[in-house]
Amino acid sequence: MIGYVLRRLLYAIPILIGVNVFIFTLFFAVNTPDNMARIHLGMKHVTPDAVAKWKHEHGYDKPLLFNAQAAGTAKFTETIFFSKSVPMFAFKFGAADDGRDIGQDIKTRMLPSLALATPVFLLGLLLYITFALTLAFFRATYVDYVGVVLCVAMMSISGLFYIIGGQFLISKLLHLVPISGYQYGTDAFKFLVLPVVIGVIGGLGSSSRWYRTIFLEEMNRDYVRTARAKGLPERIVLFRHVLRNAMIPILTGVVVVIPTLFMGSLVSESFFGIPGLGSYTIDAIRSQDFAIVHAMVFLGSVLYIVGLLLTDISYTWVDPRVRLS
Amino acid sequence: MMPQFTPLWTDWLIYALLIIIAVYIAYTRSKPHLLAPWRKVMRNQTAIASSVILLVFVTIGLLDSVHFREALPQQNSGEKTVYSAEIISLFDRMAGPLRSHTEKTYSAPLAVNLFAMESVEQPDGGVARLFPQLKYAGSHLGKDIDQSTRDQWQLFIKGSLWGALIWVLLCVILNAALASHARINFSQMARRLWRGDTELPWRTLLLTIGMVLWLIAIAWQIAPQYHLFGTDKVGLDVLYLALKSIRTGLVIGILTTLVMLPFALLFGITAGYFKGWVDDVIQYIYTVLNSIPSVLLIAAAVLMLQVYMDIYKDSFNSVVERADVRLLFLCLILGVTSWTGLCRLLRAETLKLREFDYVQAAHALGASHWKIMTRHIVPNVMHIVLITITLEFSSLVLAEAVLAYVGVGVDPSMHSWGNMINSARLELAREPMVWWPLAAAFVFMFVLVLAANLFADAVRDAFDPRVQ
Repeated sequence: MIGYVLRRLLYAIPILIGVNVFIFTLFFAVNTPDNMARIHLGMKHVTPDAVAKWKHEHGYDKPLLFNAQAAGTAKFTETIFFSKSVPMFAFKFGAADDGRDIGQDIKTRMLPSLALATPVFLLGLLLYITFALTLAFFRATYVDYVGVVLCVAMMSISGLFYIIGGQFLISKLLHLVPISGYQYGTDAFKFLVLPVVIGVIGGLGSSSRWYRTIFLEEMNRDYVRTARAKGLPERIVLFRHVLRNAMIPILTGVVVVIPTLFMGSLVSESFFGIPGLGSYTIDAIRSQDFAIVHAMVFLGSVLYIVGLLLTDISYTWVDPRVRLS
Repeated sequence: MMPQFTPLWTDWLIYALLIIIAVYIAYTRSKPHLLAPWRKVMRNQTAIASSVILLVFVTIGLLDSVHFREALPQQNSGEKTVYSAEIISLFDRMAGPLRSHTEKTYSAPLAVNLFAMESVEQPDGGVARLFPQLKYAGSHLGKDIDQSTRDQWQLFIKGSLWGALIWVLLCVILNAALASHARINFSQMARRLWRGDTELPWRTLLLTIGMVLWLIAIAWQIAPQYHLFGTDKVGLDVLYLALKSIRTGLVIGILTTLVMLPFALLFGITAGYFKGWVDDVIQYIYTVLNSIPSVLLIAAAVLMLQVYMDIYKDSFNSVVERADVRLLFLCLILGVTSWTGLCRLLRAETLKLREFDYVQAAHALGASHWKIMTRHIVPNVMHIVLITITLEFSSLVLAEAVLAYVGVGVDPSMHSWGNMINSARLELAREPMVWWPLAAAFVFMFVLVLAANLFADAVRDAFDPRVQ
């Protein structure tokens, strides 16, 4: 088991290198460091000296991939690619283009993101599974039919509608909670209620329908027929047999998300003014700050790979037949 | 004077797609085993109803994909024809007054006055604060502008009657055609139709067409005279904006899949078929792409495109072309982020198929790898491709709005539901509220996505062997 985890972590290294190469090529395929300097210094009236100074300060005054002037291994290490990518593996994200420390920013912004994403994830999972099980319990009746129609309708509504509609309804018409903003500590609660509720409702349609399909697929299996044949009530069949076996396909989609909860949600964070990593990323995208976007891409990839690993480990936990080797 | 045909990049791709679809239909028509699942789709009532809606959207999108530049009126004969610099589409031409009736700023749906108070100079020299009358809406009434509500009701009834008339005609024609086909008399067929006792759900089809015709006829009557959905900040008709956005949504939903399809097919099938190091390389590529958060990847790519376009400003002749290149690029990058899912499915299916007897037999008979893949594997994974394409479509249409909000969607000058929502979002804070651009964008998006979802469900039910 430990050997398996270690090997998987080693496999992660080439993937992360691939991610870095990919993002790096994407960044510099059309964009030169000179251009970046000009964008950040303002497009007009930029002296070559100012460009050179900016490049030097931000570490862009080296060749991109290969430094012919340096000697030995420095041919590769004295390059922008090396100096910008390799420290990331030690989670040293360096400074943003405006000079702020990205690592510090990520640390302070992680908490609000988690405070929003964790309740959405947990409450959502609970609600979706309950709803899907109810539909599966009443399968092929009007309850099921209405439920499925509801799900399809809900998943056809744009996520932005839930946010805008919810903000309008709760905060403006009913004046229950503030429309946006955030406070640290226990006061965060009243700012988080609305985004959490909207986040949960927004995912109801597609998730519940997906879980329902999984449950129905399980219910056609032989072991369910056997359980019914030996006289178990439908309630026990559902909860003890179907739910447990359905956990395997459900886990595939769910566990991989857990580490990425840190990344927060791009859209709802910036709509509700929550100073998390999602809104951080959006701000970086809008101000064209490549250093931050690069750091967030790297972080996202690491967390995704961790998520895949966790998924595999969780299989052994719910399904004793699975052995990792 | 013939206008100058000036297709955009996305137009060419749409035409190519039409040809592919035509070839597919021609090929499928002669193959009963390929036709059978489609027949099953057609027998499904929801599928029929949603395909009518989709067809309406697609028609508008196609009309909006024929771009040209109109010839300017000639001063004296014999001169060389000069074409307008503005690229418009067939749909723009048909929309006529919708496009040209631009008011000053916001006005509510069906209103005849502006939404905001303005200081207007009175004939006697004084200045009054009032809601100025709109330039176009209700202008045909002249002095009887206070009769606008009555006029709107009249137009509504007129439109309804027209819609009903065309619908009844259509019903009669269809019924007659069906009756002669089934060799029974007209009233017998009508009774069958009424009871829904036909092989294909003609009744559902007619009812849906009736609904659509009714709505179109009303809009056709009212929209030229009034702003049916109001106007937006710069006074553009919201109905026109929403209709123009259809093309953007369709292009993103369809062209993206067209872009990703070759990658997914090629990589998925070769990985599953050859296994070994080919499989390892391909798996590595898609794990790398998959592990990058897709919104960030799209954002990074679009940022790069913006930089590129800023550097090479001069290579674009017009705003429309520039926006079009950005749209195409967005489709490309969305395709890059979304092919991995289908690739994985295809790889898994191919891994299974390659062990089947008929593949082994083909191999033993000396068929080449290429032949086995194209003749024996591809046809047997087509159902997965079809199901994925239809399911993917609706999520792409929804994704467009989110991307527009993040700031990496289609060009701000391009009409899209995402841009409409994004620009109207801030106006919710106004008192009283400006809700109509938002509502129009959400309703159009909802109808399209719902229809696509329902259709995709029917396609999956018909094609997925696990469901049967």
